[in-house]
Amino acid sequence: MDGYYAWMIVATALVLMMTVPALALFYGGMTRSKSVLNMMMMSFVAFAAVGVVFVLWGWSEGWGADGLGNNNGDLIANPFSMFGLHGVSPGNYIYVLFQLTFAAITAALISGAIADRVRLSAWIVFTVLWVTLVYFPIAHNIWGGGWWYSKFPNLDYAGGTVVHINAGVAGGVLALIIGKRVGWPRELTRPHNLTLTMIGAGLLWFGWYGFNVGSMVFNDSTTKAWGGFSAQFQGEMGTTFLNTTVATMCAMLAWLLTERILHGKATSLGAASGVVAGLVAITPSCGAVNTLGAIVVGAVAGIACAIAVGLKYKIGLDDSLDVVGVHLVGGIIGALLIGFVGTTSSPQGVDGLFPAGSNGLFYGGDLTLLGHQAMGVLFTLVWSGGITAVLGLGIKYTIGWRVTRDDEMSGIDNAEHGESAYDWGGLSAGGHGLGAAPAATSTAPPPAAETRETVRA
Amino acid sequence: MKQVTAIVKPFKLDDVKVALEVLGIQGLTVAEVQGFGRQKGHTEVYRGAEYTVDLVPKVRIDVLVSDGDADKVVDSIVEAARTGKIGDGKVWVTTVDTLVRVRTGERGADAV
Repeated sequence: MDGYYAWMIVATALVLMMTVPALALFYGGMTRSKSVLNMMMMSFVAFAAVGVVFVLWGWSEGWGADGLGNNNGDLIANPFSMFGLHGVSPGNYIYVLFQLTFAAITAALISGAIADRVRLSAWIVFTVLWVTLVYFPIAHNIWGGGWWYSKFPNLDYAGGTVVHINAGVAGGVLALIIGKRVGWPRELTRPHNLTLTMIGAGLLWFGWYGFNVGSMVFNDSTTKAWGGFSAQFQGEMGTTFLNTTVATMCAMLAWLLTERILHGKATSLGAASGVVAGLVAITPSCGAVNTLGAIVVGAVAGIACAIAVGLKYKIGLDDSLDVVGVHLVGGIIGALLIGFVGTTSSPQGVDGLFPAGSNGLFYGGDLTLLGHQAMGVLFTLVWSGGITAVLGLGIKYTIGWRVTRDDEMSGIDNAEHGESAYDWGGLSAGGHGLGAAPAATSTAPPPAAETRETVRA
Repeated sequence: MKQVTAIVKPFKLDDVKVALEVLGIQGLTVAEVQGFGRQKGHTEVYRGAEYTVDLVPKVRIDVLVSDGDADKVVDSIVEAARTGKIGDGKVWVTTVDTLVRVRTGERGADAV
């Protein structure tokens, strides 16, 4: 058990890294240079705000009914029974923290849909309300034990539905309510630094091993016996680690091939996006498919998401960094493909977590599994879409979402934060005389002693 | 005195510099500039969306020379900067009325 506990500490830190800095880098590189700091800040503050809420009432509301389980069959657990982690054993804190990092990245993911134009205060208010009314209930109802799960048990190993479909639909709804950026799509925005985006995508991939492989839940029979525990630990983690890797590689290649055919070039942004699309799609399915299944999941996600990111121009939705095209579409593909390539010989199948007697269509099953998966997706689309719309409109007509048009055009970094991301070395930059820097430049001869005194004075 | 101004492809800057050094030119001023001519811009594709880059990066070189040197400086720059493909740039000469070297106060041709 010590080894598992040590692994969970590592896994939790890995998932934290996915938000700060991986997601912040991934998104930040795709924005314009005048709004990169705001984009990165949206991930940073979302993590902080959601994290505080999580230890106050989030754990209690989503998981708290009986401490580590949530098998109460209700829509939510009591948010106040374990308020401030009251009554939670420190030995369970690592599981609290692990779940905290998931809630935080889900809120942060939404920010990509509304880049460049939202006031920081409105965003913080939104994340607090959103995790309370959307994330915790959905986690409770999809990840076993809540009201919906008691009706339609479905498979979501690490949060393809709870995290990615949830964030994807919320992002789409918010982009619709908040509206397009000034000039979009007449003036398209070009990613200002794709090296940041590629670093971010690489760190996301690395961190995702904590996300997926850390999401193992011990089944009842194995926790009772050391040998069974060890066998599940090793076998299941090997499978989820391998599936996560294989699907991601296939999705990257599939995205590159798709855009090469459709648009003529295989791009670095396509590679980074393909990595994320594959990781999203294998998230719900990494414990329910075998190696060939993971290849199918990754390849389908890569192709579908590469096509889906073009749809926003057709419907006129400024989902700025494609939260819908990558996370909603990838999440739905991952959830539904379990109905096709899910197999009872997978870890979750062996653990008896497949809905009664079901199996994937490709492995001789009927439509039961696909149907249950679809019901999990449906619940999340309706709950998240509906409540996000109410929250989004509520903020729009009270405190307001947008920075002013002038601030948006001149750059939200300066308007909201009073900073700029880069010193371009122009006339107003440090060391060039017109700025606030000391007068002496590095190429000038050393100033005489009295001059130095003057500078100091 | 004459001011020779050249707009050339950025990767040709080193060739031009070497050519001018061979001529014995003492100094020049370089700026990164953007613009378009017959070359126009190019398109880039990000997640399937076409982005038109209509201003092309170029390097602008300014050289001050005495009247007699202007023609061979122009020829030398043109030879060094030419690739034969579209977008090689332009070189022109303007007359300079007054020239002062800041450090010494020398004026006119002495300040070149």
